[in-house]
Amino acid sequence: MEHVTQHSDPHYDQEASKLGMWLFIFTELLLFGGLFIVYSIYRFLNPEAFQLAGSELNPVIGTINTIILLVSSMTIAMATSALQKKNKGLTVLLLEITIMLALVFLINKYFEWGVKFDHGIWPGSQHLINDMSKGEILFFGLYFVMTGLHALHIIIGMIIIIVALKRVQKGTVHADRPSLLENAGLYWHLVDLIWIFLFPLFYLIH
Amino acid sequence: MEKEKHHIVPYKVYVYILLALISLTFGSIGIVHLNLGGYSVLGALIFSTIKSILVLSIFMHLKFDQPFLRIMVGFVALVFSAVIFITFLDYYFR
Repeated sequence: MEHVTQHSDPHYDQEASKLGMWLFIFTELLLFGGLFIVYSIYRFLNPEAFQLAGSELNPVIGTINTIILLVSSMTIAMATSALQKKNKGLTVLLLEITIMLALVFLINKYFEWGVKFDHGIWPGSQHLINDMSKGEILFFGLYFVMTGLHALHIIIGMIIIIVALKRVQKGTVHADRPSLLENAGLYWHLVDLIWIFLFPLFYLIH
Repeated sequence: MEKEKHHIVPYKVYVYILLALISLTFGSIGIVHLNLGGYSVLGALIFSTIKSILVLSIFMHLKFDQPFLRIMVGFVALVFSAVIFITFLDYYFR
């Protein structure tokens, strides 16, 4: 194990910080994993209601948001490569694109939820309680909680990426000290990973 | 010297992975529209699993990282599948 670069800070350990990020990601996976188990059991118990309620969702918006997230995952992955190649300008540009894509995702989500609210569908709404079956109420409850929690992760991810962007611009995150950007990337891919499973389970019910 | 350095993934690899991920997304939409009944969920989830493996191994660099990270991720996946399996055993045979 030879050292390639000399750091002024002796406490910097890239592998350890990556391991720490992965441990955090595992807790996130199990958080969403628990919700996925709740979803699958309720869907197993109420298949018709889930199908009926699922037809209320717009698969086109779901598909557009899927592609937006996949592209943003690619741009932040490219940003890590650009940083390692010491191309600061490109790193900053790619991170800015990632943040813009995240914003577009949230705007789509805003309009998507807005349509649901216009139809009188939100957790605990009169329309939901009076006119819908137990299964449909469960579906929309899970829909708002799971996509809402996911959207919260998008917002947190954006903040982390903005911090990483500032640090790259300032020069405190660079090719020899990339952990903040790498971990921001890992977090962002986690958000993508969760959406990869949310999309078919909510938007592709036929 | 080099092996201690980080593996730099070329940009075009990421582009190929993105194209694969988008194709798989349309693949999952396609398989759901085939009306396979109960199997369409299974089909869509298989597509999602392939997509997640691509994201984990390339975007999240597991393919280029030290093996113990891969082992840990595999272990978490295994624990999660076991919990789903046992939960469904309970509900299915009630």
